[in-house]
Amino acid sequence: MSVLTQPGADTAAPRPRGGIVQSVKDSLVVARRNLIRMLRIPEMIIFGLIQPIMFVVLFSYVFGGSISVGGSLDSGLYREFLMAGIFAQTVTFATAGAGAGIADDMHKGLIDRFRSLPMARGAVLTGRTLADLVQTSLTIVVLALVALLVGWRIHEGVPKMLAGFGLLLLLGYAFSWIGALIGLSVRTPEAATSGGLIWLFPLTFISTAFVPSSNMPAFLRHIAEWNPFSATVQACRELFGNLPQGYPVPDAWPMQHPVLASVIWSVVIIAVFRTLAVRKYRSAAA
Amino acid sequence: MPGAIYAEGLVKTFGDVRALDGVDLDVPEGTVLGLLGPNGAGKTTAVRVLTTLLRPDSGTAVVAGIDVLKQPNEVRRSIGLSGQFAAVDEYLTGRENLQMVGQLYQMSGRDAKARAAELLERFNLADAGDRPAKTYSGGMRRRLDLAAALVVSPPVMFMDEPTTGLDPRNRQQLWSIIQELVAGGTTLLLTTQYLEEADQLAHDICVVDHGKVIARGTSDQLKARTGGERVEVVVHEPEQLTTAAEVLRGFGKGETTVDTHTRRLTVPVTGGAKLLAEVIRELDGRGVEIDDIGLRRPTLDDVFISLTGHAAETGGADGDQPEEAAA
Repeated sequence: MSVLTQPGADTAAPRPRGGIVQSVKDSLVVARRNLIRMLRIPEMIIFGLIQPIMFVVLFSYVFGGSISVGGSLDSGLYREFLMAGIFAQTVTFATAGAGAGIADDMHKGLIDRFRSLPMARGAVLTGRTLADLVQTSLTIVVLALVALLVGWRIHEGVPKMLAGFGLLLLLGYAFSWIGALIGLSVRTPEAATSGGLIWLFPLTFISTAFVPSSNMPAFLRHIAEWNPFSATVQACRELFGNLPQGYPVPDAWPMQHPVLASVIWSVVIIAVFRTLAVRKYRSAAA
Repeated sequence: MPGAIYAEGLVKTFGDVRALDGVDLDVPEGTVLGLLGPNGAGKTTAVRVLTTLLRPDSGTAVVAGIDVLKQPNEVRRSIGLSGQFAAVDEYLTGRENLQMVGQLYQMSGRDAKARAAELLERFNLADAGDRPAKTYSGGMRRRLDLAAALVVSPPVMFMDEPTTGLDPRNRQQLWSIIQELVAGGTTLLLTTQYLEEADQLAHDICVVDHGKVIARGTSDQLKARTGGERVEVVVHEPEQLTTAAEVLRGFGKGETTVDTHTRRLTVPVTGGAKLLAEVIRELDGRGVEIDDIGLRRPTLDDVFISLTGHAAETGGADGDQPEEAAA
């Protein structure tokens, strides 16, 4: 019998199990594929690490002595204050990676191949975002070690630290769904990379990530305090014990309840952008 | 009973462009339909609709007995798609690519692994199976892409310009694989802008242009439509053109054309080789010296030009870019 054909077989592929089991299984198959890719392009991981490390060093030593947190210009205090901001910025920069990866798959016709297979609808995107989550976790670990070297410390114990990292990863996962939507919407990986990054700069800078909001003009201050980014940063500062003595916690609700606000923001972003991205995927035309 | 691939009244517009303008197709089980047309004719759009990648604006499509619009995921179980670009992950090895596709066709990990090994062997990729696909040549990538489309031995296959950009040896190799597939009972829809390819592989041919099927039939039927066979003579001396034309007029079924520059005369005939022999004897008898003489049957190129008024390969060699841009 020929390897190519199976006479008599009415239909070729096993019947899909459907439902959640198949979704999980298909997502893991795609995630594995993306992780293999990442391992084979190690320079991507290395470049992904250089940028946040650069930010840690630049912000701590260049701005550190000039930015006052909690009424003190002590650069050691600023370094502790800063780290949550750098962590959050780093996890959200994964957006560009997800976007570029998916745009590349579109460009090379792989999305067409996946869409012609009897696989779970969201699995290509979920697989990609899960792989990004693994990469982000790795980046966070390396970044935390660098942070320890420049004097960052946690003061609230390991369980709270883990909770803080959990919020960061959840935020990163949420943002990679924004990246997935961008990747499906643009024509080239290059466009996805810049499209995934440009809006992140205002988002991360008009927040409490690098400077307290108290010195901002009123309208920026409101944006900063309701920024999903600020909620996670504030939550991490509380969980890591990195809020300087006398730091004025703003009155805005997300700043008063940062952990809850961070979870809500991330869940809402996932719900909205996952829905939009999966819909876009189903109608994607390469 | 409708065939393994059946479509009626497919319409798909992208902005002002009617990529499909009422396309009907019917491919009986176990046969090959060649969708022949220039760039931007709508070939790729038709394949994308039939493989569940694109929803048509209107019309119906049934593949392997299943409604494409109503049960796309059921259709996906029964089809294989090999697109215009070798859609393989270049950072994965050939084996990893095939295993992944197998698992996404819902095979068990073990079955997917066994099948990948089998296909690598069959497609002469066993030695390269554990190298990342980016190290493969163009021909190897195409073979890997085709292997990926055949992971589950689907009863219905779609190939969109499978040999575009391949050298003659690789093209030949791919053709023999396609012939083996069809011999095994697979129904195949193949798009091509190579007339020779449709001639070689397809039982039936649909000529498409501007989103419409402008002619359909077997290769022979299409050729017959352009006026059957003709005799072509090239005489040695320009002075003998008049005598030769007189001779040909006696045998011809239509007007004799004379090209004085190339000393070539052409006349439509019926009667085949027997008639050709008579023409030669008569010319010889009248002392006309012949450089070349032959019975010419129309090629699909002639068919295409007579149907559309333009040659097949008008859009350059760069795939179906106009359609891509429109999509």
